[in-house]
Amino acid sequence: MVRITVNNRNMDVEEGMTILEAARENNIDIPHLCYLKDVHQMGACRVCVVEVEGMKNLQASCITLVSDGMVIHTNTARVRQARKILYELMLSDHPKDCLICSRNRHCELQELGEVLQIGETRFAGDRSVSQLDDTSFSIVRDNDKCILCRRCVTMCHEIQGVGILSVQDRGFMSHIGAGLELPIHLTSCTNCGQCISVCPVGALKEQDATQQVWQALLDPKKTVVVQVAPAVRVALGEEFGYEPGSNVTGKMARSLDELGFDYIFDTNFAADLTILEEGTELLTRLVNHLHKQGTISQEDVSRTGLSSMKAPAVLPMITSCSPGWIKFAEHTYPEQLPHLSTCKSPHVMMGALVKDYYAKKIGVNPEDMVVVSIMPCTAKKYEIARPEMQNAGLSNVDAVLTTRELASMIREGGIEFTSLDEREFDSPLGLSSGAADLFGVTGGVMEAALRTVYELVTGREIPFDGLRIVPMKGLERIKSATLVIDQPKEEFSFLQGVEVKIASTSGLVGAATVLDEIKEGKSPYLFIEVMGCPGGCIGGGGQPRMTTDEVRIKRMQGLYDEDERKVMRKSHENPAIVRLYEDFLDQPLGHVSHELLHTSYTARKRYLDD
Amino acid sequence: MSQVMPSIVPCIDDEEQITLLETVIERYGAKESNLIQVLHYAQAIFGYISPQTQLFIAERMDIPLSQVSGVVGFYSFFSTVPKGKHIISICLGTACYVRGGKNIVDKLQDLLKISVGETTQDRLFSLEVKRCIGACGLAPAISIDGTVYKRVNPNRLEKILAGYARKE
Repeated sequence: MVRITVNNRNMDVEEGMTILEAARENNIDIPHLCYLKDVHQMGACRVCVVEVEGMKNLQASCITLVSDGMVIHTNTARVRQARKILYELMLSDHPKDCLICSRNRHCELQELGEVLQIGETRFAGDRSVSQLDDTSFSIVRDNDKCILCRRCVTMCHEIQGVGILSVQDRGFMSHIGAGLELPIHLTSCTNCGQCISVCPVGALKEQDATQQVWQALLDPKKTVVVQVAPAVRVALGEEFGYEPGSNVTGKMARSLDELGFDYIFDTNFAADLTILEEGTELLTRLVNHLHKQGTISQEDVSRTGLSSMKAPAVLPMITSCSPGWIKFAEHTYPEQLPHLSTCKSPHVMMGALVKDYYAKKIGVNPEDMVVVSIMPCTAKKYEIARPEMQNAGLSNVDAVLTTRELASMIREGGIEFTSLDEREFDSPLGLSSGAADLFGVTGGVMEAALRTVYELVTGREIPFDGLRIVPMKGLERIKSATLVIDQPKEEFSFLQGVEVKIASTSGLVGAATVLDEIKEGKSPYLFIEVMGCPGGCIGGGGQPRMTTDEVRIKRMQGLYDEDERKVMRKSHENPAIVRLYEDFLDQPLGHVSHELLHTSYTARKRYLDD
Repeated sequence: MSQVMPSIVPCIDDEEQITLLETVIERYGAKESNLIQVLHYAQAIFGYISPQTQLFIAERMDIPLSQVSGVVGFYSFFSTVPKGKHIISICLGTACYVRGGKNIVDKLQDLLKISVGETTQDRLFSLEVKRCIGACGLAPAISIDGTVYKRVNPNRLEKILAGYARKE
């Protein structure tokens, strides 16, 4: 502990803290702009400057560490003037078109102006010239509004390890760009949208899909089907004043009804379906791998009921639900693509089923159907445009709305969210197990998969208290565990005593680490879950701002609670899934599944690969 | 001066130059901290750092293109356009500045019809400004390809340039 004095008040604070953090802990808020807890501390904007006795220059409090005996003043005339001038200088190169800006009333620059009580813009200097980059399916970059705080740069380089955005040029010409003035669709941008989620102003936003969806909803000839990802239900409430992690599933379903969607389904259903397909794929790869190694015979393979693979049984197998992760792998690890599960992501599976199975069931021409996915994700906007995500010439999913976009539609629709009553999802594609809820958190797909796969192999539940695979829970970058198979069913007897090593990772730096291990032939794992965004989908690029670690933990808990609340907690016990296989799909990895639910991947160059 | 010069800076597909750059990267290792050194060599090899060269370096050194391009754009030493055969450096250090260096800049921009940092269309001359070339006693000074011209009178500049153009 060190003793410091802030504005004539003595306080004892932890050593190693910054002035900004120490003051905040003692209820003194120092106005700041570029600083973002857990993410960005570089003193780029200088708004948080304070006076420190004995130091000649004003110090940026977000990067200056406290030391014993430090005497700090946060509100002297000098500090106040510096802050205001900095703010006014920023405004002098800002369009100030707040009324028609997507961030109006949710803008950190605007909020700061209010705090600082700026009443004039004295500096009418030159305006920098910039171009709008709206070439990406997911992300729109409007440098005109950029204040050069560099949060997106930190996010893209240090937290996601992709490094698409950096500062280009210098001085007044400085701007954020991909290098060589390339539009981001010509780079290896993964579309994860983490840059959007930290942008304090309107310089980074998602490609708008709300107009397309309104149009579909208002078209009487269209049957509009909507589905919602698990992570949305524990975050949407934040847009309407609820605590992060509050589960608003019922109100959310009701709001979709009020907006005029014809069928309201749950991506969770498709998550359960994914477990059946992906779990079977894992076992099939394992058994075929053992056969090719000579450990077990062809007869052993047949006895399991799993099919023989012609292609090499590549292990470890890696999950494929996260389209940001998929695009990262395609650009950065093109040789490792056979490790990816061939399963389409759950919402695309749902789209494929809706336009085939369900369209037939309700007698609607799939061409008159519009499938809308509400996702915590911006990469899904890119994913649905991939040529692989089509069947019978129709896109599986027609539009993706982020959690934020849904909130804006609810507001635009005049729906008072907090006073809505609750509604269930429509059946049969709205029924799901607790395992499916876990698809929204890092480690959750792994847990859901093991609940099913372990039972398929042993006939018993996974040996974890309350079915919770604790080592898979939490925000650590890479989590791993070992599971020993004990007393398997007769047909899997060759797996007795086999140690299965698993891992889950979230954020693309973690993904790169596990992929490097595979590349070097050192990966100890059989099965790896990768989610592109830190913490998993609950921290997706389409979620309400701001997603701090504190918020991640709350949303995560929201989904774990939802899982525990359900009686049905394993995907293979979902009666609607069982029924779907009986009526339509026949069996996991069967012919129909192969056509509708599985996909392939494309090796891509790092740059200039459109 | 009006005759069109053949390109003296071949593009990146010149195998020898690429091999040389590859050797440099190999010698330095694909480390972020060596990026600036590699860029210096790249400029020495090609005369400038083209977009293709930047892409090549980004991929070979496994450094994001945005970062390579950011560094190239930040340091005025690096040029992204081909340099002319003759590099004219005008000193604008304190001594040269007070003795009329600025007039030399104006006159040369006028004569060559380019701005500082640019290259004439015939690729004969590039114009740059230096902060003190260490010839304060000779101010105002310019250097062309390393040869220093002392106490330059702007009216003599046309003659000096003509000497270089004649050699071609």
